Amino acid sequence: MSEHSKSSPLPTYFAVFFALLVGTALTVYAATLDLGKYNAAVALTIASVKATLVALFFMHVKGASEKLTKLVVIAALFFLLLLLGLTMTDYATRLWS
Amino acid sequence: MSMPTPMPQPERENYLNKEYGVWSWLLTTDHKRIALLYLLSITFFFFIGGFFALLIRLELLTPAGDLVQADTYNKLFTMHGMVMVFFFLIPSIPAVLGNFLVPMMIGAKDLAFPRVNLLSWYLYIIGGVMMLHCMLTGGVDTGWTFYAPFATNFTNTKIVEAGLAIFVAGFSSILTGLNFVVTIHRMRAPGMTWSRLPLFIWAHYATSIIQLLGTPVIAVTIVLVAAERALHLGIFDPKLGGDPLLFQHLFWFYSHPAVYIMILPAMGVVTEIIACFSRKRIFGYSFVAFSSIAIAVFGFLVWAHHMFVAGMSVYAALVFSLLSYAVAVPSAIKVFNWTATLYKGSIHYDAPMLYAFGFLGLFTIGGLTGLFLAALGIDVHVTDTYFVVAHFHYIMVGGAVMGYLGGMHFWWPKISGRLYPEGWARLAALIVFIGFNLTFFPQFILGYMGMPRRYYDYSHMPEFQVLNVLSTAGATVLGVGYLLPMIYFLWSMRYGKPASDNPWNAAGLEWKTASPPPTFNFDEEPVVTWEAYNYEELDAPHSEEVPVGR
Repeated sequence: MSEHSKSSPLPTYFAVFFALLVGTALTVYAATLDLGKYNAAVALTIASVKATLVALFFMHVKGASEKLTKLVVIAALFFLLLLLGLTMTDYATRLWS
Repeated sequence: MSMPTPMPQPERENYLNKEYGVWSWLLTTDHKRIALLYLLSITFFFFIGGFFALLIRLELLTPAGDLVQADTYNKLFTMHGMVMVFFFLIPSIPAVLGNFLVPMMIGAKDLAFPRVNLLSWYLYIIGGVMMLHCMLTGGVDTGWTFYAPFATNFTNTKIVEAGLAIFVAGFSSILTGLNFVVTIHRMRAPGMTWSRLPLFIWAHYATSIIQLLGTPVIAVTIVLVAAERALHLGIFDPKLGGDPLLFQHLFWFYSHPAVYIMILPAMGVVTEIIACFSRKRIFGYSFVAFSSIAIAVFGFLVWAHHMFVAGMSVYAALVFSLLSYAVAVPSAIKVFNWTATLYKGSIHYDAPMLYAFGFLGLFTIGGLTGLFLAALGIDVHVTDTYFVVAHFHYIMVGGAVMGYLGGMHFWWPKISGRLYPEGWARLAALIVFIGFNLTFFPQFILGYMGMPRRYYDYSHMPEFQVLNVLSTAGATVLGVGYLLPMIYFLWSMRYGKPASDNPWNAAGLEWKTASPPPTFNFDEEPVVTWEAYNYEELDAPHSEEVPVGR
C-alpha cells in the first residue's frame, strides 16, 4: 500500500464485499423482471454503483491524496463518457426499421 | 556527421557485461535488458508477419487464385494483420526504444515498477505463444478486425484462441503504459521540468494515456465476442436484441487510437533525430509537446469513420467525419514545426536522418489520404478497396516502421556500444524508401480504380495485374531493405567500432552516460540546468560539455 493513500479498516472491506454480493443478487433478480425500456437502465445503475465501490475502497481512490490518482480516475471517466456519448450519436439518430 | 572513434580503453562495467547467463536475462528487472528482450521478440514476430505478407503478395502476382485458395488467403491476411498490429507495431517503439530510453532521458535509474516491466514482457510472450499455437493449428479467417456477426456466429476458425492471445498481450501494453505514466510523473531528475522534457518523452506520455485507457476496451470487446460465441448472449445478434454495429463501435474505439500508439512514439523519435541532425532546438517546442496530447485525445473522437458504409446513422457519420478532420490539426502542427526546425539548420544526411526524412514524406502522404477517407463522399467510393490498404500502410509502415528504424540507428551506439556501418545503413534506408513506395503507391491507384481488398482472385479484372506486379516487386525490395539492418546490426555487435558516449554530439541525458550505460544508467544523479535541445549551446565554439552531476 502506498504511503500516500489511507487504507480503510478491515470491517469496511467486508461491508463493501457484502454490498457487492447484494448488488450481484439484485442484478440477477432484476434480470427476471420485465421492466421494459428500463431493463438496461436498472442493470447499468447497479453495475455503476458496484464499480464505484470497487474503485473507492478496493482501489483506494477514497482518501487518496495523490493528484496523479485523481487525474487517472477523472481521465478514465472522461474517456468512458466519450465512448458512451459518441456511440449514442449513432444509436439516437439511426433509422431503425 | 562524423562519428569520432575513441581510443581503446578497458571495458567498463555496463548493463550488458554485468551479468551473464540465460537467467540473468530472463529474471532481469533492468529496463534496458527488458528492452532487448522485447527487441528479440518483436523482431521474431515481424518476420512471421512479413512471411504472411510475402505469401499475400505472391498470390496477387497473377490475377488467378493459383498459389493458395480463398480460405487460406483469408487466413493469410488475417494472421498478417493480427501479428503485425498486436505483436509488432504496438509494442515496437514503446516497448523497445521507450523501455530503453524513458528512464535515461529523464535521469532516472529505472522505470517506476521494474518487476511489472518484466511481467509485461512475460505477458507479451504468453500472448505470442498462444498466437503461434493458434496459427499452427488452423488460424483465423475473419480479418484482424473480428467483425460480428461473422466472428461471433459463423466462422469455425480459432477466434477464441486468437482473441485470448490478443487479450493477454493487451495487458502487456497496459502495464508498459502504466509504468511510463508513473515514471514520467514521479521519477524525473532534479531540474527536469515538464518544459525541459525531450519531446520523445511527451510522445510516450501521450501514447501511454491511450494504452492505459483504450486497451481495456478492446479486452472487454474480445471477451464479449468469446461470450457471444460460447453463450449466445445476443450482444451483437439482432435476433436476440443485439446490434452487430456495437462490435464495430467498441472495436474501433480502441483500434483507431491504436494507430496513434504506433505513430506517436515514431513522431517522438523523429523529433529527436531532426533536432540532432539539423543542430537546432525544435521549433515551437510547446506546440509539438501539446500536439502529442491533442492527438491522443482527438484520436478517441474519430473511430466511426471506419463505419461510414456499415449502416450507421448518417447524422453520426457527419459528426465523426467532422471530428476526423480535427485530428489532422495537431498532426499538421508537428509536420510544420519539424519543417520549420529544418529551415536554416545545419543538416546532416546520416542514416537516422534519412529515415526521418522518409517518415516526413510517407507520413504526410498517409495523413493526407486519411483526409480523403474522412470525407463521406470519397470514403463511400474507396471503402474496402486497396486505397484504404495503401493509406494505412503509409501510416503504419511508412510512418511507424520508418520511425522505429530511424530510432534503432540513432540509439544503436548507446544500446550496443558499437557503431553500425554508416554506408550500408544509408543504402538500406534508401532501399526501404524505394521498396516501400514501389509496394504501396500502386495500391492507391488500384484502390481508386476499384480493386477490392481481401480478394485472392482478380481474374475478372486482369487490367489490375501490372500494378500488382509492381507492388509485389516492391515488397521484395522492401524485404531486402528490412533484412539489411538486421544483418549489419548483428555484425556490428562483434565487429563494429566502439562507440563513444555521445557519437552524434546529441543533446539529452541519455548521451551523457556511458555507451552502453551502466545498470543504473548514471554514476551519479544528474541535475538538469539546461533547456531541451540546446544544440546552439553544444555547437558554440569552445563550448564545454554541460556538467551533469551536482
